[in-house]
Amino acid sequence: MFNQYALHHAWLIPLLPALAFIFVGFFLRRLPAVAGFVSICMSLLSFILSLGVGYGLIARQITVDNPLVQKIPWVSIAGFHVDMGTYIDPISAMMLVIVSLVALLVQIYSLGYMRGDNGFGRFFAYLSLFAASMLGLVIAVNFVQLFVFWELVGLCSYLLIGFYFNKVSAREAAKKAFITTRIGDFGLLIGILFLQILFGTLDFQQLAANVPTYVMQHGTALLTIVALLIFLGPIGKSGQFPLHVWLPDAMEGPTPVSALIHAATMVVAGVYLVARAFFLFSVLPDAMAVIAWVGAFTACFAASIAFTQRDIKRILAYSTISQLGYMMLALGVGSVTASMFHLMTHAFFKALMFLAAGAVLHALPKNNDIFAMGGLRHKMPVTFAAMTIGVLAISGIPPFAGFFSKDEILLAVAQVSMPLYTIAVVTSFMTAFYMARLLIVVFCGEEKPENQPHEAPLSMRIPLIVLGILAVIGGYIPYANNFGDWVRFGAAVHEGIDFSVAATSTVLAILAMCLAWFIYGNGMVRSDKLSRRFSIFYKVSFHKYYIDELYLWFNHTFVDGFGKILYWLELQFIEGILIKVAASLPVKLGNVVRKSQNGNLQWYGLVMFGAMILVVVWLVLLNPLFNGVAGGAY
Amino acid sequence: MIGMAHFLTVAAIVFAIGLYGVLTKRTIIGILMSIELMLNAVNINLITFSHFITPEALTGQVFAIFTITVAAAEVAVGLAMVFRVYHDRNTVHAARLDEMHW
Repeated sequence: MFNQYALHHAWLIPLLPALAFIFVGFFLRRLPAVAGFVSICMSLLSFILSLGVGYGLIARQITVDNPLVQKIPWVSIAGFHVDMGTYIDPISAMMLVIVSLVALLVQIYSLGYMRGDNGFGRFFAYLSLFAASMLGLVIAVNFVQLFVFWELVGLCSYLLIGFYFNKVSAREAAKKAFITTRIGDFGLLIGILFLQILFGTLDFQQLAANVPTYVMQHGTALLTIVALLIFLGPIGKSGQFPLHVWLPDAMEGPTPVSALIHAATMVVAGVYLVARAFFLFSVLPDAMAVIAWVGAFTACFAASIAFTQRDIKRILAYSTISQLGYMMLALGVGSVTASMFHLMTHAFFKALMFLAAGAVLHALPKNNDIFAMGGLRHKMPVTFAAMTIGVLAISGIPPFAGFFSKDEILLAVAQVSMPLYTIAVVTSFMTAFYMARLLIVVFCGEEKPENQPHEAPLSMRIPLIVLGILAVIGGYIPYANNFGDWVRFGAAVHEGIDFSVAATSTVLAILAMCLAWFIYGNGMVRSDKLSRRFSIFYKVSFHKYYIDELYLWFNHTFVDGFGKILYWLELQFIEGILIKVAASLPVKLGNVVRKSQNGNLQWYGLVMFGAMILVVVWLVLLNPLFNGVAGGAY
Repeated sequence: MIGMAHFLTVAAIVFAIGLYGVLTKRTIIGILMSIELMLNAVNINLITFSHFITPEALTGQVFAIFTITVAAAEVAVGLAMVFRVYHDRNTVHAARLDEMHW
């Protein structure tokens, strides 16, 4: 019963947090306890509804081939028709559950983390708005609805990164995030317009039905360009190279925000978009190759930056970029199943790690440098356990969640391309290394006497425990229950475990962790000596390949230079010639006429008399009545 | 026989002389005097038309008396203004009193 209700009222899922946003944002902002309570209740309700959708989906045998779509017309003019509605298939149901669950847990966590903050109510209002937008994005039935919510989550990201708006760096980071993703969104919008022009519809189902015929009739050339334009959106939103620069800076926001938006949910919107529009990408081999290579390069590139970073949240941010690259890579080689599987496990373990990092920062609020921490395992056992599970999961150690999903990706990649597989394996090695480094430096070693750490409060421990359990079992259970039967594109995938692939990645991960232990754990290899020996690599990695500097230089040189040229043109031509001519003409005319007004009384009299004569002459000559008199009387 | 045309001709001549005076006299006293000439030319016209066209009524003549009265008042005001201007600017030359422009 409830399942049926949930399926047919899926529109309530985004609506409830939206209501919470309105109530909290406009009426309850000054009442922290009520604000938190309302937001969490609404999130809980939408989580329960999402679970109902999930169960209803299984009961009704709804698969990706026959989704449950409900829609109402939204905009309808001649030649353009857009609906609003809910699109329920296993992929969106999975996303609904993940997003509402993580949103709920993060809100519970925030009760403890944001306690006593001036902006407590505002924070919960934004979180609710974000949950509403993200859930709306997930169930979008067409590109327009998706784009609307896509921009809304971007807005929430902006608001929450800049939450501490009296901090300059937070403001700058918020602007950077907004503007950088905007570059990608521009491409996405143009791509959507192209689709409307080519197909006359933006509805996912209709597009999916029309794309194969179009490809047969017209070939793939134009459609590849359109697909790449659409892919620009995910590049910006999911932090793929070269638009990844905003994501590390986004860590200026409060840590629960980083966990919810910049690790678990919003940044995977790009991956979700590609998966949702996979009917388009899957018929375009060139576009798929681009996606795969962008993903692989991003994964490797971001991992190599995470090697040398010292800020705990930035390490996690680069790791997020790297894992998002993994998901893109999986999509690029055609495996929606592997990508979505990794999306789910990543949401669990990365949210877990961010929340654990938040607990660390809550205990040691002074700075984020991991080398200023150390030995926290004694005072913060729960956080330590959570972080350890997260690290083991992301490194792909069996039987943690990351092992199954990462293995699925590696397997899918190995079947398609050897170079990509090599990159993916190297990345997996690097991931294990820098994650072990983080864990060892922060939690092992000597306790620093100046630090006074304490375990996180209960409200923060509960989400850690729940996510910790999910990060352990979140891989095996879907794997054992044929995840690939449900979340897929085209035929069902039953990969199983290829032992050569699984063994390679596991052994490499363990090796990397041992290496990290030798460098940072027992000091057998001194890290400062290493960094001096490989100083070029160290510097390049530490400065993030100078990408930010490159963009700044580009802006200063080309954008500002172009501005200067335009300014010169403005001064010389617009102001120098056009404006001067336009302004001097009336002056000159005025100077001519002005001479007649010389103040001389008698001159005025003469003019008046002359004018009078003229009027009389005019009347006499031109008026037919006077003509008649003049002609007749004399 | 002296008819209407003679009177009107005289009036026109007086009016033209007055107009010429208004436009050419160098002092505003002269201009005022010329204006008087023009007024009187008009008076001649009024009386002429009244006498020749509606001899039974004295409308024109009465009107001329009014005009003379008003003209006297106007001269009084005008001369007072000339006096003030002279007091103020130390001149009554029309060409010098040309501040009334841009």
